[in-house]
Amino acid sequence: MKIYIPKDAAALSLGADETAEALAAAVPEAEIVRNGSYGLFWLEPMVEIEKDGRRIAFGSVMPEDVPSLIESGFGAAHPLYLGKTADIPALKMQNRLTFARCGVIDPLSLEDYTAYGGFDGLKKALEMPPQKIVDEVKESGLRGRGGAAFPTGIKWQTVLDCAADQKYIVCNADEGDSGTFADRMIMEGDPFTVIEGMIIAGLAVGATMGYIYLRSEYPHARDTLRAAIKTAYESGYLGDNIQGSGKSFDLELRMGAGSYICGEETALLESLEGKRGMIRYKPPLPAIKGLFGKPTVVNNVISLATIPVILEKGAAHHAAFGEGKSRGTLTVQLAGNVKYPGLYELAFGQPLRDLIYEIGGGTATGRPFRAVQCGGPLGPFLSERQLDLAVTYEDFAEQSAMVGHGGVVVFDDTVDMAQMARFSMEFGAEESCGKCTPCRIGTVRGYETIDKIIRGENRAANKALLEELCDTLIHGSLCAHGELIPYPVLSALREFPEDFGLDRQAA
Amino acid sequence: MTAQTEKRFKPWDDETAQQIAADNRDRPGALMPILTELLEDFGYINPEFVPHLADLLNLSRAEVHGVISFYHDFRTTPPGETVVKLCRAEACQAMGGAKLAEHAKQMLGVDFHGTTADGRYSLEQVFCLGNCACAPAVMLGETLYGRVTPERFDTVLKKHKGAA
Repeated sequence: MKIYIPKDAAALSLGADETAEALAAAVPEAEIVRNGSYGLFWLEPMVEIEKDGRRIAFGSVMPEDVPSLIESGFGAAHPLYLGKTADIPALKMQNRLTFARCGVIDPLSLEDYTAYGGFDGLKKALEMPPQKIVDEVKESGLRGRGGAAFPTGIKWQTVLDCAADQKYIVCNADEGDSGTFADRMIMEGDPFTVIEGMIIAGLAVGATMGYIYLRSEYPHARDTLRAAIKTAYESGYLGDNIQGSGKSFDLELRMGAGSYICGEETALLESLEGKRGMIRYKPPLPAIKGLFGKPTVVNNVISLATIPVILEKGAAHHAAFGEGKSRGTLTVQLAGNVKYPGLYELAFGQPLRDLIYEIGGGTATGRPFRAVQCGGPLGPFLSERQLDLAVTYEDFAEQSAMVGHGGVVVFDDTVDMAQMARFSMEFGAEESCGKCTPCRIGTVRGYETIDKIIRGENRAANKALLEELCDTLIHGSLCAHGELIPYPVLSALREFPEDFGLDRQAA
Repeated sequence: MTAQTEKRFKPWDDETAQQIAADNRDRPGALMPILTELLEDFGYINPEFVPHLADLLNLSRAEVHGVISFYHDFRTTPPGETVVKLCRAEACQAMGGAKLAEHAKQMLGVDFHGTTADGRYSLEQVFCLGNCACAPAVMLGETLYGRVTPERFDTVLKKHKGAA
């Protein structure tokens, strides 16, 4: 018998190690596999039993549940029984392209990886001329999943078209946005897919060196990536002469040091160069003058992890999901105050309301919904009246909302939106790189002014001042950090003026 | 009972630090890997090491100091035995993160960036541990905890103390 218990950091945070130990002690003859998580976090630690090639799941298994599980013969009569894993409704309704293997396989088993289609994309790419690979990515409609949603194929074309003695692939694994954990999950649950995506990117643009820039808050992902990179070298997928093809690609893991702004691509490049994470002026684009002044592809983890399946199954397969100019799938990360929090890989176009109420089951506390923040700490807050918009880049942009990296953070009616607005400015100040004045000083003046409004000092005048300050930040900042901080603040003011002691009319 | 054994920081020693620096000096952008490795070993960067680093990498002391002071992680004083990282970001706030932060400060008797008088714990704020679906989240050393109510915080701390 095989028993699967996730080693994903979130599952560990709920006691997966203790459950694994209890099971190992109680069923010594079983083979215990530490898989990644499927992302159904209200069911973690989720234990699966493989019998006769079928995987049966049990949800929220704590060490004290182990004796009764054994007594029931891991049967359907047990209260934690969920049935066949693949039939769990929250999994069945998903369109898992990028996350197809996550949760299913042992993350560090190359054998598992290749058995589930791993490196099939690379095999195809090794036979293709670079332009053909770039064309495939263009046709897939993949857009940068880090948040900016820039077409990945066009970025790659720019780097391919640059003549240079050295080019680089940089994987942005500085997943700093609150409410997002998809990068972490795939790095811990299926690290080879990130590595494969980077190798293919290297073949496509002519880069022979890659860096993964990982945030320091992810020690579990760090350990998994280190082990996976080592295995990939040992098995001839990294280094010289990849699988006898004559092509080479080297890959190195670099750690960040707790700076949110280093998720901004030019600050990330500065940090990789060993400097302060200060943003750079653009142009020149990193695609033309990036790391150490050389043409560089900077892609988010999920963008790169989606490349293998695009090559494996073809651009058309990927483009068949989604709608309009939002093709493929979005890894929605439902978090905060929601009953069924987790990772849901879905085709673009789902209504936001369904995500929160149908899929998420409403708030975890059972209290009324009040606000949702999509797209990380720089995304605007949306209220009940805005929930009917569909999750696509275009529909969100029309409402000045942000899909970003797919994070959806839900709040119930106990939230104080004036405090949330203050927090946005405080966070903005804490994480500003300091290069441009609007962001460096404006964010500090921002929370000071919000404090005055909260205290009731000249509310109307200070509100006008705050709006003017936000306008300066939006139009005068050098990068997206300063440009976007005002959005949560202004949306809180507009949708929830009563929390600031302002009346709705005046707002 | 748990497999999660706490990694201890070593006391600063110049010889090891110099070895780390020498091993990494030829890597492109060497300063960051050197600093992150020093941090992994010692938990802080000894400011007296700055001139040596500057010399080795052909940088000015100001440049090295500038990098150390830019990143939140690069503390220049030894941390407590265990660093408690408490998430203050939105998803954790939505599940009582602010209340947990107040509780943690009170329990440990220190504010953020403070170290307890007995040298056991340093309390740090972080913005997201990537555990937003199991909020609020806390990390002790490199061990992550989810759905941390004030009561669970006390339990975790007690268990940690027992293990140490």
